Amino acid sequence: MSAFAAVSRIIGAALFLGAAPGLLAAGNPPKRVVSINLCTDQLAMLLAAPGQLISVSDLAVEPRSSAMVEEARAYPINHAGAEEVWLMQPDLVLAGGYTSRATVSMLRRLGREVLEVQPAYSLADIRDRLARIGAALGREVRAEALIADFDARLEVLRAEVARSPSAAIYYANGYTTGDRTLAGEILMAAGFSNIAGDMRGGHLPLEKLAMADPEALITGTPYPGASRSEAVLAHPVVQAIRDRRASHPVADRDWLCGTPYVLQAVEELAIFRKEIE
Amino acid sequence: MSLLLIRDLSVELAERPVFSGVSFELREGELVGLIGPNGAGKTTLMRAAMGLLPFSGESSLAELSPQYRARHAAWLPQQREIAWPVSVEDLVALGRLPHGTGGAEADRLAVDSALDRLQLDPLRHRDATQLSGGEQARALIARALAQESRLLLADEPIAGLDPAHQIAVMEVFADLAKEGHGLLVSLHDLGLAARHCTRLILVAEGGILADGPPAKVLVPELLARAFQITAIHEDTPDGPVFQPLRVLK
Amino acid sequence: MTPVLRILIPLVILLALVSLALGPAGLGLGESLRALVLGGDGPAVLVMREIRLPRVLLALMIGASLGLSGAAMQGFLRNPLAEPGIIGVSGAAAFGAVLALQTGFAALFALALPLAALAGALVAVLLLVALAGPRGGSLTLILAGIAISAMAGALTSLVLNLSPNPYAAGEIVFWMMGSLADRSVTHVMLALPFTLLGWLLLLRSARGLEALTLGEDAAEGLGIDLTRLRWQVVLGTAAAIGAATAVAGVIGFVGLVVPHLLRARVAGRPGRLLAVSAVGGAAMLLAADIAVRLIAPDRDLKLGVLTALIGAPFFLRLLWQMRRARA
Repeated sequence: MSAFAAVSRIIGAALFLGAAPGLLAAGNPPKRVVSINLCTDQLAMLLAAPGQLISVSDLAVEPRSSAMVEEARAYPINHAGAEEVWLMQPDLVLAGGYTSRATVSMLRRLGREVLEVQPAYSLADIRDRLARIGAALGREVRAEALIADFDARLEVLRAEVARSPSAAIYYANGYTTGDRTLAGEILMAAGFSNIAGDMRGGHLPLEKLAMADPEALITGTPYPGASRSEAVLAHPVVQAIRDRRASHPVADRDWLCGTPYVLQAVEELAIFRKEIE
Repeated sequence: MSLLLIRDLSVELAERPVFSGVSFELREGELVGLIGPNGAGKTTLMRAAMGLLPFSGESSLAELSPQYRARHAAWLPQQREIAWPVSVEDLVALGRLPHGTGGAEADRLAVDSALDRLQLDPLRHRDATQLSGGEQARALIARALAQESRLLLADEPIAGLDPAHQIAVMEVFADLAKEGHGLLVSLHDLGLAARHCTRLILVAEGGILADGPPAKVLVPELLARAFQITAIHEDTPDGPVFQPLRVLK
Repeated sequence: MTPVLRILIPLVILLALVSLALGPAGLGLGESLRALVLGGDGPAVLVMREIRLPRVLLALMIGASLGLSGAAMQGFLRNPLAEPGIIGVSGAAAFGAVLALQTGFAALFALALPLAALAGALVAVLLLVALAGPRGGSLTLILAGIAISAMAGALTSLVLNLSPNPYAAGEIVFWMMGSLADRSVTHVMLALPFTLLGWLLLLRSARGLEALTLGEDAAEGLGIDLTRLRWQVVLGTAAAIGAATAVAGVIGFVGLVVPHLLRARVAGRPGRLLAVSAVGGAAMLLAADIAVRLIAPDRDLKLGVLTALIGAPFFLRLLWQMRRARA
């Protein structure tokens, strides 16, 4: 779990979690929206009307984690600190489920509306987050169009497969994710069967990985600067599976956040599956 | 035969001369008492003679390699340290270190003899750190004896011993001298020095003030100069008796 | 052979076998040993040769290094409280390793990582010997150790916090509370040269340490070259602890507990304590590494947490005894 705790600031999404209902009344859309979470950054950029979104977080311009770096460069950057966000005088703040509690309660005490959102745990969650943030921004029509497009593209990608090769998702620190996660669903949509099975995330001991001997290994891409957590990806056992089987890295930006960009990951993995068949 | 030859020895500590131009020779069969007031440099002289601190001049011991020197001369420092709870027997056996491994039988004999000479045999299996101060001092002397060197340099070996053990240790030293060893022993007890030593070296005023038989060194003018004391010194049927009396104003 | 080794060596072998048989893969003892010895190309061979064997070898090597350097430092400083983990040597080694990893120095050549850890350890040992040298006493030693530990810990945290890698900051715990999880043969080979060098230097200091029982002056009189002995202990400790820390992080208290438990078994003799503590350290670390896997099979419970939980009360007991002895 610690791997994800370490990158928790990067993770975000859009489950509506008890925000102020009055604010979201139709016909009175917010005019100055500040997003302080990587995932709400991207959803807001997709959904907002011109001029409605006035700032996104610094992670949105970080190419390893953000799928929308180019778009994000057009916005002023914030660092998710209560003071700087308050100075922007927003009428709605979009925060992630893992955003610091202190920041969120400070902003609320200062009289700002904060919409806290949870990560997307499935492909269905992405549709839901789009719809909810769309509603919060008063952009329901735009949200519906994005959802329809997402559904159509996903339908095309979900081609019938004769056989699902076994695969393991293996991150730094030996962390893996099962079917009941966004990454797991992406893997399934691409036609793989996940050796972790019907679970969320957890530690996959190296020994179990070796014994399961999956046909494909899906890993994250390493960050610059060394870390012992990522060193496990260079362990001879992982290397042996890579050599004998197949391995494919997926960049964090393609599936870290529940946005329509995850379809790129599905597409990439589907091509990879065809290669190894 | 000469066991130690010191010529024109000078030592500076912290750029201050402790003594200079010291020369003497120590031959086998001699028990030489090194006497002098506090701070005269007795300890420094012995350590310099061993080559344990920088000096100018010559010392026949300091020229030897450390390993060979340790077989020729045993050094018993004033500081009585026993860092670990070793048995008396093992402590004494440390004296065998310079002799290397392989001579197990010789080692055992040397240790037994040293324990025996200092009446430590009943204590041989005791934890040395748990002994009384006097017993520890004797065990450390036994360690130096176990080294079986021709020469023994001992810095105040009898300080802190009870009278019986002081006499006993001095008698052991005298016996060793009779057996052909040479000993240089610093002492504060002039009475014991007078009775047991074959020769005294009086260190004071940055050099050797006198060197000779006890009767020639423990004379009123030298005692007054070096120690600022008066004393009585008499020959009795039991040997010489020396007793300091009072401090000169 | 010292009688206590007749118990310790079979114990180490037994613990090594238990450690080899232990793991989530669920292999039987016979099956796992067959895969280890006979080889082949099944996943069981991979598990045995690439995961469990390196773990056991590292536990043996690092445990021996910790026990041995603890005994040597205690012998040299004539202080039963000296221990590389407590007095900051391991912490400084960890800082050297972290700095090498984060600056990319570790990637320059094969032994760069353990070498950097060795350098860190060396600075710490030199500082300690200079500050709390043989005449420094327990208080100076512990105070110097606290200062060096705090400094090394702060610098390690600083470097990890400044790292561009989001995982690095979370690894402060690993470097402070070492672990043997998921290490590989690469790490064994990385640690081996300096470990062996360290052992050689430390084991050769036995005679000098025996003589030091009588203090420095007497030891010199016995023909011991104190300068040489000091460098032997300093470099030997730095090499052994540097290599151990570079691959497994800081594992404290083994070097304190093991010599303390075994001292009476070698009749207090600091020279004989060396080899015995090395074997004892291997046994203790193997046992601790088995325990962390039994207590929390699914989590990477840090080895240093367990050794500290056992070791810290020991440390307090030692202090208590010293206090009573002085009173």
